[in-house]
Amino acid sequence: MSLSQVEAATESDQLEPGGANLRRAAWRRLRRDPVALVGFALIAMFVLVAILAPLIAPYGPRDQPGAGLITPTTIPGPSAEHWFGLDEQGRDELSRIIYGARQSLLVGVVAMLLGMAGGLVLGMLAGAFGRWVDTVVMRIVDVMLSIPGLLMAIAIAAVLGQSLTSVMIAIAVINVPIFARLLRGQMLSQRESDYVLAARSLGVRHRSIVLSHVLPNSMSPVIVQATLTLATAIIEAAALSFLGLGGADPSVPEWGRMLASTQLYLASAPHLALFPGLAIVIAALGFTLVGERLREALDPKYRR
Amino acid sequence: MTEAPAEQGRRRRSIDPTDALLTVDDLQVHFPIRRGILVERQVGAVKAVDGVDLTIPRGSTVGLVGESGCGKSTFGRALLRLVEPTGGSVHFDGTDLLALDDEQMRRMRRQMQMVFQDPMASLDPRQDVESVLTEPLRAHRIEGDHRARARELLDLVGLPATALSRYPHEFSGGQRQRIGIARAIALEPQLIVADEPVSALDVSIQAQVVNLLEELQDRLGLTYLVIAHDLAVVRHIADVVAVMYLGGLVEQAASDELYAAPLHPYTRALMSAVPIPDPEVEDTRQRILLAGDLPSPAAPPPGCRFHTRCPFRQETRCDDERPQLRSVATRPPSHRVACHWAEDIDAGRIQPRASAVVEPDAS
Amino acid sequence: MTNSATGPLLDVRDLTVTFTRRGGPDTRAVDGVSFQVSPGQTLGLVGESGSGKSVTSLAVMGLLPRRSVSVEGHVYFDGDDLLTLPRDRMRDIRGRDMAMVFQDPMTSLNPVVPIGVQVTEVFERHQDMTGEAARKAAAELLDRVGIPDPGRRLKEYPHQLSGGMRQRALIAMALACRPRVLIADEPTTALDVTIQAQILELLKDLVQDTGAALIMITHDLGVVAGLCDTVHVMYAGRVVESAGRRELFAEPRHPYTGGLLASVPRLDAPRGAPLQPIPGSPTDVLSWPDGCAFAPRCPNRIDACTGAPPPLEAIGGRTLRCVNPLPTAEEVPA
Repeated sequence: MSLSQVEAATESDQLEPGGANLRRAAWRRLRRDPVALVGFALIAMFVLVAILAPLIAPYGPRDQPGAGLITPTTIPGPSAEHWFGLDEQGRDELSRIIYGARQSLLVGVVAMLLGMAGGLVLGMLAGAFGRWVDTVVMRIVDVMLSIPGLLMAIAIAAVLGQSLTSVMIAIAVINVPIFARLLRGQMLSQRESDYVLAARSLGVRHRSIVLSHVLPNSMSPVIVQATLTLATAIIEAAALSFLGLGGADPSVPEWGRMLASTQLYLASAPHLALFPGLAIVIAALGFTLVGERLREALDPKYRR
Repeated sequence: MTEAPAEQGRRRRSIDPTDALLTVDDLQVHFPIRRGILVERQVGAVKAVDGVDLTIPRGSTVGLVGESGCGKSTFGRALLRLVEPTGGSVHFDGTDLLALDDEQMRRMRRQMQMVFQDPMASLDPRQDVESVLTEPLRAHRIEGDHRARARELLDLVGLPATALSRYPHEFSGGQRQRIGIARAIALEPQLIVADEPVSALDVSIQAQVVNLLEELQDRLGLTYLVIAHDLAVVRHIADVVAVMYLGGLVEQAASDELYAAPLHPYTRALMSAVPIPDPEVEDTRQRILLAGDLPSPAAPPPGCRFHTRCPFRQETRCDDERPQLRSVATRPPSHRVACHWAEDIDAGRIQPRASAVVEPDAS
Repeated sequence: MTNSATGPLLDVRDLTVTFTRRGGPDTRAVDGVSFQVSPGQTLGLVGESGSGKSVTSLAVMGLLPRRSVSVEGHVYFDGDDLLTLPRDRMRDIRGRDMAMVFQDPMTSLNPVVPIGVQVTEVFERHQDMTGEAARKAAAELLDRVGIPDPGRRLKEYPHQLSGGMRQRALIAMALACRPRVLIADEPTTALDVTIQAQILELLKDLVQDTGAALIMITHDLGVVAGLCDTVHVMYAGRVVESAGRRELFAEPRHPYTGGLLASVPRLDAPRGAPLQPIPGSPTDVLSWPDGCAFAPRCPNRIDACTGAPPPLEAIGGRTLRCVNPLPTAEEVPA
């Protein structure tokens, strides 16, 4: 046994415990973070409500149990019978909020996934090939980013016609450049790292370096962004349907449209604005809390 | 460890100085400086490496020293074509590296590997040690039991086989550098370029890594180019030392010869600046202090690159004639220096400016 | 290296710094460190990462955050215990009587403010100078620390200066109020050796000319050998050996000091012999109450090293924390 083996042996008795990688370590930190736990709880509640809507909603979304109680000046507020009160057509507000969660979750998740997929493709093209591909892709991204997001979403939704699909596409499109730029920036900085240079010096092929080193190490901020995008997508979806660009069938409850239709009754029935508004805020808050804490858990710079 | 003297005095390797593994001729790496918004045009170049000749004999260790910004790291990377040279030639074992296409070069990399300064940054944080060590084998489609080979490599660098399933952040700095070295020898290369292999490590760990590099050289017959700013480390490990200043070599000699008789004013200043952990030596030696800083490699001074800071600068030649690396009559032919006045300085006929000399304290 | 006969200017006694962490065990970064410095004297604090040398200096300067850090012991400066002084008094002393130079000159300077403004600010704040007078004083100071063409340099931003020049500018700022104690924390580690030599020469001159006390914090034994009058070697938060530099280097008694000296290659040593490294890494420590922290790496370890912490004892002009020290020259059998 040579000298340095003897030394190394002494040294290596002291290997630190735990064989987890960075992301697993981040997950462990997140599970102990009270703020993140609140976020997870909100998300869990939101998702469960959406999935189990038919089981937990006291009425159907189109049922009008209080049809006879409604006059243009009196819309009954919360009561023991109807916890969130009735809406202007005598429907149970609580049941509509519960069914509305389905629309919000669907739009949020699909729009985020579409936007992320598009962004990742563009970002990867730019980040992996560089040179003129990078220039072309990034100029397109710049142009897209220079148009205010909601304005562009309105334009896209208006052109595509009134349907839930067009809302999803519109929101996806405005998120594409955000993901593209994020991924490209990450990939470029990873490409400059020593371990990529090391892989090159070992003779690892370019494609393999991109796929097994650069890309996996660029994904952490993308995951954070995806979580945060879910929150904004929910708000944007509400905003679009508030502006009358939501789903084609007005009887399907959507939180944004529910808000919009209360404008006439705001004075007599403030609960009709309060509950959908709260629902939007709570759903978005859950994803935001988790996203922010995830960012801190993944990025050593934020670690306290 | 009481068995320290087990390998009393390294086995001196027999080196044939004419059997060159790597020959570098007039190597240049110029990075263009571009300006312009729409149409970029080149307005100049940073001459990081500007005409370097170097021969690395098979089985030897050549040390390259210089201060930050002198181009030594760029030179090391250009040798391996990790940075593309803009001029000159690099011959490895008879093959002209700069003539190879990408795929041929990729295959050639089996023969030449690199050890990096920062062992944490040079390891992918998401890769466990097994994957780190087997990646080169996979890249070059090498047959056999990769896992067994990885174990063997760990054993060579003195780490336990249990390290295989662990991730870089679980190791100490010295252990990470061992992993980096294990990865570099995985393909049984002939040449290893070690760029500041110990400078990021704690003082008490540096010697472990230096000893490991020496041991591996003896066992595997490796050839090293060790790039470092620490003259003491380079003198210890290298057979031949080359001193680099602002993109070019200023002096090259056998390690002991260079230390005994530094000819170039820059080498002299560099040596006198290295603090020695011995008060007796520190209190009695004379120091040559250099004025000012390294000039910008984008606008290197004309003539001798060092003349702007040289305490031995003369009225003639220094400012307008670039000195070539040459041997001096009174010294062995392998000792080469790029100074017009090397003989006069060596003989003491030219003395440094008094303002640059710090005499030992009177106390 | 003049030794003045007056008493210590800075007297640190039993300094202990504990970091408390929510949901984790407390970490004792500095554990009962004591030292004295007199005017015109240079003291070296030597250690590797994790030895507590930098935390010691921050604690002396009162620069540690108050939250989750507890500092115990005494830091007497001019008769006052700095650890009990109110914040505003401490702020006055810091910068005027005591100054600090850090390792990384780039992060210690404000990148968006010209050097000149940053240096004149010190004069304005601590010496009630204004406008032109402060600017003139600043220019003189830059000249004093060897920055050529100070008039022009004052207008430049930190990124326009080289590393060496930035460190000079920082030293100038530290010197602006003629501090009586200067703490330099690895001031040359980020610099090249030729620049390091310039800065060390500058610090030496300053101590000689101004009679300030200098505390030099470094991992580099070479730097200490040429600069410091007394040397304290730290390991895992405690001083393990302290002595005059000649005694320490001629005859290290603590196995850690000896190990450090044997493991660094010397430029003037003959080639060929392998280095004698210290096995293990600085993270392989025993906690002091259980014995000597260095025991897991120590070639001189005996049974008495573990079980109880080794006491700090005064032996022949030095203090030593070791139950089985390296033999002195007389003790070595022929």
